[in-house]
Amino acid sequence: MVVNEGEFVAIMGMSGSGKSTMLNILGCLDKPTSGEYRLDGVDINTLDKDALARLRNLKLGFVFQSYNLLSRTTALENVELPLFYNSKVRSKERKERSIKALEAVSLSDRMHHMPNQLSGGQQQRVAIARSLVNDPVLILADEPTGNLDTRTSIEIMELFQDLNSKGRTIVYVTHEPDIAKYATRNIIFRDGRILKENLVTERSFAKEVLKTMPLEDYDDII
Amino acid sequence: MNFSNLFRIAFRALTRNKLRAFLTMLGIIIGVGSVIAMLAIGEGSKMKIRNTMSSMGTNMVMIMPNFQRRGGVSLGTSSSMALKYSDVVALRNEATALAAISPEIRASGQIIYGNQNTQTTVEGVSEEYLSIRKLNIGSGRIFNDTEIRNMSKVCIVGQTVVKNLFGAGADPVGLSIRIKNLPFLVIGVLESKGESSMGQDQDDLILAPYTTVQSRLATIDYLNGIYASAVSDEKSEAAIAEVTEILRRTHKIKESQDNDFRVMSQSELIQTVSSVTDVMTILLGAIAGISLLVGGIGIMNIMFVSVTERTREIGIRMSIGGRSRDILLQFLVESMVMSILGGLLGVIFGYLVAKIAGSLMSSPIYITPQSVFLAFAVCFVIGVFFGWYPAKKAANLNPIDALRYE
Repeated sequence: MVVNEGEFVAIMGMSGSGKSTMLNILGCLDKPTSGEYRLDGVDINTLDKDALARLRNLKLGFVFQSYNLLSRTTALENVELPLFYNSKVRSKERKERSIKALEAVSLSDRMHHMPNQLSGGQQQRVAIARSLVNDPVLILADEPTGNLDTRTSIEIMELFQDLNSKGRTIVYVTHEPDIAKYATRNIIFRDGRILKENLVTERSFAKEVLKTMPLEDYDDII
Repeated sequence: MNFSNLFRIAFRALTRNKLRAFLTMLGIIIGVGSVIAMLAIGEGSKMKIRNTMSSMGTNMVMIMPNFQRRGGVSLGTSSSMALKYSDVVALRNEATALAAISPEIRASGQIIYGNQNTQTTVEGVSEEYLSIRKLNIGSGRIFNDTEIRNMSKVCIVGQTVVKNLFGAGADPVGLSIRIKNLPFLVIGVLESKGESSMGQDQDDLILAPYTTVQSRLATIDYLNGIYASAVSDEKSEAAIAEVTEILRRTHKIKESQDNDFRVMSQSELIQTVSSVTDVMTILLGAIAGISLLVGGIGIMNIMFVSVTERTREIGIRMSIGGRSRDILLQFLVESMVMSILGGLLGVIFGYLVAKIAGSLMSSPIYITPQSVFLAFAVCFVIGVFFGWYPAKKAANLNPIDALRYE
């Protein structure tokens, strides 16, 4: 399996099919028991724990289903976190880059909010900003929309599509076929193996989908 | 991750659980506080004893008859008569390390003036005795050579005797008192010296020429003791050796025999007393040290809880590039901040406790810089020692498991 620069790949499969393990390997959190994984030309099997941590810090961005932000820590500080572990980044640059990342996910007005003061969608956008801040070669997202309602899910996908159109390589795991349609390519897993790979033919574009959705659905309920 | 950031993270983690952090630190605060307080009180009382004892003259050398034993049988009074005036003459002629020498003969009896009477010790001494014991004449004068030679019935009285016989503040110089029914002319009054370190009233005494006391009051031909002063503090040791050598020779004591006298210096006595208070200080300090250990275990306990609680946080930090070393340092700095902050508060707490205890026991306190330094050093060690294992546990977590931890 190859993921090329600038691609937007969705990994699909039943639970237990190995898609999360795949993502962990891609994220250098786990090493494959057999076979090899090259990230940006580097074989990660040859690297030790500290070198892997460094790789994660410089080349990867993570987005999780449950956001995984540090509680009681402002959005800005959460975004700054990866840069703390990069000794080359000075505090002034760290702040500037973090503010930029938050602007990219249009949350510049929520910079000093704590995670518990933000909605789920906003928290996930902070997490995406955090994954962007180190300018990674690859963003990995593990069911990024799993905890969100439909509309917010599509908003997150809109953000991903936007980032992808600016050249970011993104791989995400999902089990919802609708969400997988926002990618350019789907990889389907079963029992730890790749069942099939196919290019998305009828790709959904989040911007357009959102236009068709009414902003407030409450009228019907009332 | 640089150190200022590590400290910021540690402070933030601690302020998130203020009460818990404080309770954890309380163990260290009490431990350090009691170490500081105990050492301050111990050191203070040592200084007090040292001061009062050196006010008696640190270079004082005392020679006493030794109760000689042979095969467990005390030779009793015969050996208590070992010291003679000839010894004083011998020391005066030969000893180079001694500055002043005075014989001492004690007699006690009733002292009468008018319708007042009191019981006290009359010390028969030479005029050099005052400089040896650091006594000062308040009014009047000291007896002279002629009076000593003539066994004149003159005396110098201490403040307590003045109070008991004449009433406080009176000047009895020129008045006549009766000691054991013999009339004595008061020619001088001593300045007050207060209580000794043993709680003895040092003003309850009468000084008279040793010749007078020996033949008229005590009617003995030996001396109760010889008081001398070394030329300097440092010469005390040499003076003891010299006196021993001279007296063994004049007393014709064979190599195999024990001395029939004892020589003690004031500095030796101070050392003895100091070593007693030192042992006390060490004992109290050890007890306080144990509470410090318990405090350290408290920190370890809380750090374990904290690591478990923040497993997810550790996972997040690792997934975005935190190395094991970064995680280890983060928790280590946290435990060190806790123990050192506890140490700081402990020093303040200990100082206050020592102050209060000192004023209750009316004894001085003295906080040595060494004890503060020691407390901080111990806190640093405790922070690292008890923080290490939990921090290591955090650093060794697998990021995937840590991220999944609920």
